[in-house]
Amino acid sequence: MIDLVWLIPLLPFIGFLINGLGRNILPKPLIGTIASLAVIGSFAISLSIFLTFDAAQPQVIHLFDWINVGSLSIPFAFQIDQLSIMMLLIITGIGSLIHIYSAGYMSHDAGFGKFFAYLNLFVFFMLLLVMGSNYVIMFIGWEGVGLCSYLLIGFWYSNGAYADAAKKAFIMNRIGDLGFLLGVFLIISTFGSVSFTEIFPKAAGMVSGDATLILITILLFIGATGKSAQLPLFTWLPDAMAGPTPVSALIHAATMVTAGIYMIARSNILFALSPVTLDIIAVVGLLTAVVAAFIALTQTDIKKVLAYSTVSQLGYMFLGLGVGAFTGAFFHVLTHAFFKALLFLGAGSVIHAMSNEQDMRNMGGLRKKLPVTFLTMLIGTIAIAGLPPFAGFFSKDEILAHVYEHNKLLWIIGLFGAFLTAAYMFRMMFLTFWGNFRGTEDQKHHLHESPVSMTFPLIVLAILSMVGGFMGVPHALGGHHWLNEYLGPVLAASNNILPALSLEHATEYMLMGLSVGGVIISIIIAYVKYVSKGYVPKEEELQSGINKLSYNKLYLDELYTAIIQKPLDILSTFFFKVVDKSGIDGLVNGLGKVSIEASKTLRLLQTGNVGFYIFAMVIGIVAVLVYSFIII
Amino acid sequence: MSLFYVVAFLSIIFALLVIFTKNPVHSVLYLIATFFTFTIHYIILNAQFLAVVNFIVYMGAIMVLFLFVLMLMNLNKDTEPMKSTLLKVVGAIAGGCLLVTLVGSMKTLSSASTTAMDNTGIGLVENLGKVLFSDFLLPFELSSILLLAAMVGAVLLAKRDNKTA
Amino acid sequence: MENITSTIQAVPLNHYILLSAIIFTIGVIGVLVRRNAIIIFMSVELMLNAVNLLLAAFSSYSGDASGQVFVFFIMALAAAEVAVGLAIIVMVYRNTSSIDINILNRLKW
Repeated sequence: MIDLVWLIPLLPFIGFLINGLGRNILPKPLIGTIASLAVIGSFAISLSIFLTFDAAQPQVIHLFDWINVGSLSIPFAFQIDQLSIMMLLIITGIGSLIHIYSAGYMSHDAGFGKFFAYLNLFVFFMLLLVMGSNYVIMFIGWEGVGLCSYLLIGFWYSNGAYADAAKKAFIMNRIGDLGFLLGVFLIISTFGSVSFTEIFPKAAGMVSGDATLILITILLFIGATGKSAQLPLFTWLPDAMAGPTPVSALIHAATMVTAGIYMIARSNILFALSPVTLDIIAVVGLLTAVVAAFIALTQTDIKKVLAYSTVSQLGYMFLGLGVGAFTGAFFHVLTHAFFKALLFLGAGSVIHAMSNEQDMRNMGGLRKKLPVTFLTMLIGTIAIAGLPPFAGFFSKDEILAHVYEHNKLLWIIGLFGAFLTAAYMFRMMFLTFWGNFRGTEDQKHHLHESPVSMTFPLIVLAILSMVGGFMGVPHALGGHHWLNEYLGPVLAASNNILPALSLEHATEYMLMGLSVGGVIISIIIAYVKYVSKGYVPKEEELQSGINKLSYNKLYLDELYTAIIQKPLDILSTFFFKVVDKSGIDGLVNGLGKVSIEASKTLRLLQTGNVGFYIFAMVIGIVAVLVYSFIII
Repeated sequence: MSLFYVVAFLSIIFALLVIFTKNPVHSVLYLIATFFTFTIHYIILNAQFLAVVNFIVYMGAIMVLFLFVLMLMNLNKDTEPMKSTLLKVVGAIAGGCLLVTLVGSMKTLSSASTTAMDNTGIGLVENLGKVLFSDFLLPFELSSILLLAAMVGAVLLAKRDNKTA
Repeated sequence: MENITSTIQAVPLNHYILLSAIIFTIGVIGVLVRRNAIIIFMSVELMLNAVNLLLAAFSSYSGDASGQVFVFFIMALAAAEVAVGLAIIVMVYRNTSSIDINILNRLKW
């Protein structure tokens, strides 16, 4: 079965070609079917590989030689190991569900064919990213998903703000990509190779804290901050909600944004040997988690809340990576993919029902009208808040347990962030589904549950969100942490370096109790505020006090404008007006003027008198002869 | 040996007379004399073929052509307005500079091979003909085209244009 | 003939070069100081012959026939050149009734 691995990325690519070329010819149902089948096919192959794969070593499937320059050889090859198999399952599995969902959600859109072509192209690049057996192929996928992200955020490009959001995402990603690229170059110069199977054994023999390794990992991490929306490059992700909701679910929650975590988990040995980088990652992740959670508290756009929640959860994953909990972070990637895709798709269902209304202040009381959406979203919310036995509880607590062992201060802040998570997520639920309907009569009349093609993925994802956590039940709760064992071969080298978790079971119970208790208190506070008191945030209240800071996203966009864009503008204006206009143009025009003036004078030498010409010629010949025979 | 110096002296004298005689017809006649001394030089160098060709082509054909043109234009008088003295002096000085430079550059030559004269008779018609018709066959044939082109060109240029006339 | 050639064997090559240089320079001075186009043309012929003489001398002294072949070609070329050049002068004379090169001053900007 592993021989068919090249089919996994190829199927979505074929889907992209068919849909891209036939987007205006093929009927809509056919387009949706082709696109979905392509991804489902990939999922089937991935699943069969998952079921049959039992090698301890990564399997490299060499397709063809791609670049051979000097001693550097970059093959086009795929690497299949436990890590990439899990990513394949997520991408193709959730990808399939979202394709099915999109067939219903986008059915009224004029760009139906284009949308599915982009979506398939995205899946292709994402698969390339996780399957590549070296950093260069990973980089192709890395850039490709960035491109698709750009295309899909700006899907409704006729809206200027959406197009701007797309550009913002693209440019911010580019900053990170530069770091990634530099990291890859440094890897090439350090190890003389880009293949994982050659680099990692070499790296494992290096000293912990090697300066080159630290530089490499920091550069790679800069790449990850761009793609995975961490401080200071996270502001593109909330704006990316301009894209269609299934895109937000697939790209900006479940898969693409986890590429950074995947990349770090893939290079775990490099990071395990760079304690400095790990500390930086932990701090950045934690800051991102708390800041994004703080901003999410006052957002009124349902998708913005989810976007900031995504940023916050990604922050937790980086926090986990930073404290060496690679399994925990990857576990959170999996569970987060389930419940965040679910929440986004649920939000999409709500928006669909509300005729493209996204402001929660105009919703309320929807649980009767949209029972399936409500129930599934509730499951997703509980899962993200971290109540047992739903998925988020296990993964988040594993990360927090590692953080607790690593540093108590980080743990307290992280725990506080977890409470915030519960608070803003339930705030969103209460505002949307409880209370009275606050929209217009038209919207109320139009309210309806979504079609089966949309509710089916919701139900599947809800089930996954409920049971997904059992992949990694900790020993303290009587499990044996299947995921940890499964990923063992991939992480073996770094597990030898990093200290294993050595908490007492009693301590773990205490940690779990604390977080569950705090979460429940947060939920109760939210319930009292938004349900019992029926509070609905008003514009003027959001613009005062601490709310103002949160509502305006800590003024980060304004800050970036002030410290980066404005100076660049001034510099560009300076170069344009002074250096270019008067400097370079002056030089060019000056040369022209000098030649014109000089020729006006010199042409008077051309008397037309042949005798004079001959005389000048003789003088010239004499000069040449003198120069060549006498002087030299 | 002294023959060379006598002939060389005559060459220089006649050449000077060519350029300093006012009557163009006399100039042509002195030029013929100069070329005759050149023919003698060729004989001295044992370049017999060149001597014959020089005698026939230059002294015969070309110089007759010059004379013919002069007669045609009726220019056998001192009709030429001379240049100013200053220009003459300047021209002479420029020429002198050229001579000085040329002679000065001779010093850079090695003087070893100055007298190695051979007696193989390469300038004889037989030997030269062999070289000309083997190594230089293509240039020789091409030169015939050149002459043809020159002939056509000369006829075309000198022909009176009937339309403008 | 034989005794003539043997008598001048002692003439150094440098003297041929000197002679050619002098004749050549006389040609140059002729071009510079005269205004009659035909005299200038004759001066050009003088220069050509100075070079011819030098080539023949080099050829004889180095025992290589190529130099004399070259002279032959130059003579062919000179014949062609004189034919065309004189035709041009005839043409000029016909149009300007003069062969003073100072009249030919239209060769400018």
